[in-house]
Amino acid sequence: MNERLHLSPNQRAWRRFRRNRGAAAALLVLLVLIALVLLWPLGKLAPAATVLPKAMTHLPDSISDTPFAPPSWEHWFGTDAHGRDLLSRVCHGARISLLVGLVGAAVSLVIGVLWGAVAGYGGGRWDSVMMRFVDVLYAMPTVVFVIVLVTAINAKLEKWQAGPHGLSERHAQLLQMAGLFVGLGAVSWLTMARIVRGQVLSLRRRPFIDASLVLGASHARIVRRHILPNVYGVIIVYLTLMIPSIILYESFLSYLGLGIQPPQASLGSLMASGAEQINPIRIYWWLIVFPGAVLALTLLALTFVGDGLRDAFDPRGES
Amino acid sequence: MYFIKRILFLIPLLWLISFLAFLLVHAMPGGPFDRERTPASPEIEHHLLAKYHLDEPILKQYGRYLNGLLHGDFGPSMKYRNHSVTDIIAAGLPVSLSLGVLAFCFSMGVGLPLGFFTAVHKARWQDYLGSLAAAVVICVPSLVLGPMLIMLFAIKWRWFPVALWASPWHVILPTLTLGLYFAGRVARLMHEGMLATLHSEFITTARAKGLSETSILLKHAFRLAVLPVLSYSGPMLADLLTGTFVVENLFQIPGLGVSMVNSSLNADYTMVVGLVLLYAVVLLVLNLAVDFTHCLLDPRVRYE
Repeated sequence: MNERLHLSPNQRAWRRFRRNRGAAAALLVLLVLIALVLLWPLGKLAPAATVLPKAMTHLPDSISDTPFAPPSWEHWFGTDAHGRDLLSRVCHGARISLLVGLVGAAVSLVIGVLWGAVAGYGGGRWDSVMMRFVDVLYAMPTVVFVIVLVTAINAKLEKWQAGPHGLSERHAQLLQMAGLFVGLGAVSWLTMARIVRGQVLSLRRRPFIDASLVLGASHARIVRRHILPNVYGVIIVYLTLMIPSIILYESFLSYLGLGIQPPQASLGSLMASGAEQINPIRIYWWLIVFPGAVLALTLLALTFVGDGLRDAFDPRGES
Repeated sequence: MYFIKRILFLIPLLWLISFLAFLLVHAMPGGPFDRERTPASPEIEHHLLAKYHLDEPILKQYGRYLNGLLHGDFGPSMKYRNHSVTDIIAAGLPVSLSLGVLAFCFSMGVGLPLGFFTAVHKARWQDYLGSLAAAVVICVPSLVLGPMLIMLFAIKWRWFPVALWASPWHVILPTLTLGLYFAGRVARLMHEGMLATLHSEFITTARAKGLSETSILLKHAFRLAVLPVLSYSGPMLADLLTGTFVVENLFQIPGLGVSMVNSSLNADYTMVVGLVLLYAVVLLVLNLAVDFTHCLLDPRVRYE
């Protein structure tokens, strides 16, 4: 009993999180999923002549002469229009989707926290100007924003590629992906800024901040030592809930053809190419069901982890 | 008084939005005439630019646009030459509007009862099942749900038409595709709101007074528990009413969501700014209505 008093708020939150069976299970599922996605195809790991079933050895880019094969013992998720093994493509795509979600969320985290903290801590005129700006951006449709941003970045890249220094294919691909991260992050920081600003504003009025000021602490130190640590919980919770929405947004962009470019794939671009294959004669359901199911499972696990974290960090939750 | 001030405040806000949107689209690389089938000769291009005043300095162009706007004219579309932006919006808006209203009603009709029910049966199997269902529909994007519904109900069993927007029969699949996600969001918000409200003191008071459980839940708790859903419904309705690209594109519905995306991709300047303004007006007015309703529902809230 006594030991509990010595725990920091973060340690207590972690304790509550572990006790929440649903959230802990979701975290486990998520970790297993990430491990599988990173290691697939398993054939790469094992020496050639082992007992692994053939289905575990297909590479995402190897083209075969059996396009649109339904799921079978050899291809567990079936094959796509070019006869590529869908399972390994889905794993490859999930890797990219997770990366997009993480980096995009990180970008919006940096912008949102900086913006919100400065507005909330600065207060007064700064605050109202910065938050009115957020209001204005809120009232614009994000679709337009994202399209303008991503096409602008792509056009710049094309110019560089054609220019005298000539980027290599691989670099251009990486830069295009980086542009996508920035674009996604840049349109999803608004809510984060609002949340952080609200928290900072209420913390700023607390007596311990004044005490710190009187003791001669600089503003930078106060923000770093006293304000931000108190906002971490909220930020982490919101971050876990933001990753799914950024992954979803990337799949939407892939559907527009602005997302990850082939031969790279994300879950979104796999679903989009599956959606193109709908026709009344043959139903290639596996092209859309499997990427969709993996996406839904990932998002579901992330949502439950996020919910668990939110409950764990909620000070009212301690009983 | 507060609300009159806010209505007046909308005018500078909308002006600012129109200005920013105008700058944003003009900053885009490429122009509306870059995707013509044959490369136009320099004279033709020059004439085109002159016709749409694109050769003038940007502020002068904006002044011209604003002047038209004040006279209720959104300008001509630069991609669809014979149509004005007003024409295109007038054609697409009713379609998007009706699909949006249907999806809204569906998501409220399913989401509110589901959230209410799961909160009342907290930590029992009804809660786990219902909350899981709500979380699952949020995590299945319409890009997956739409094709799956089409494949099952339209192609395999032939219960509904595959696409287009003609009879009430055509409406069902798009409404489901669009509405299920929002139903899940509404259910989760309602669930949270209900749990938070059931912990408050006035509910204990109501119980102590010996009111029936039904009356406590429906009359006292619901009224406050619905507030998170209310705040969410402003942006949600704005998104739904102005059209959603994926669903409109999947089902070949001639709504505004498709125009919004295509005009941005084509750099159809006037069209983009017109649609951005339409969205902004809808969103701001809805948010105002939401705050007003908030005041009516929660007597503790006062705006000054």
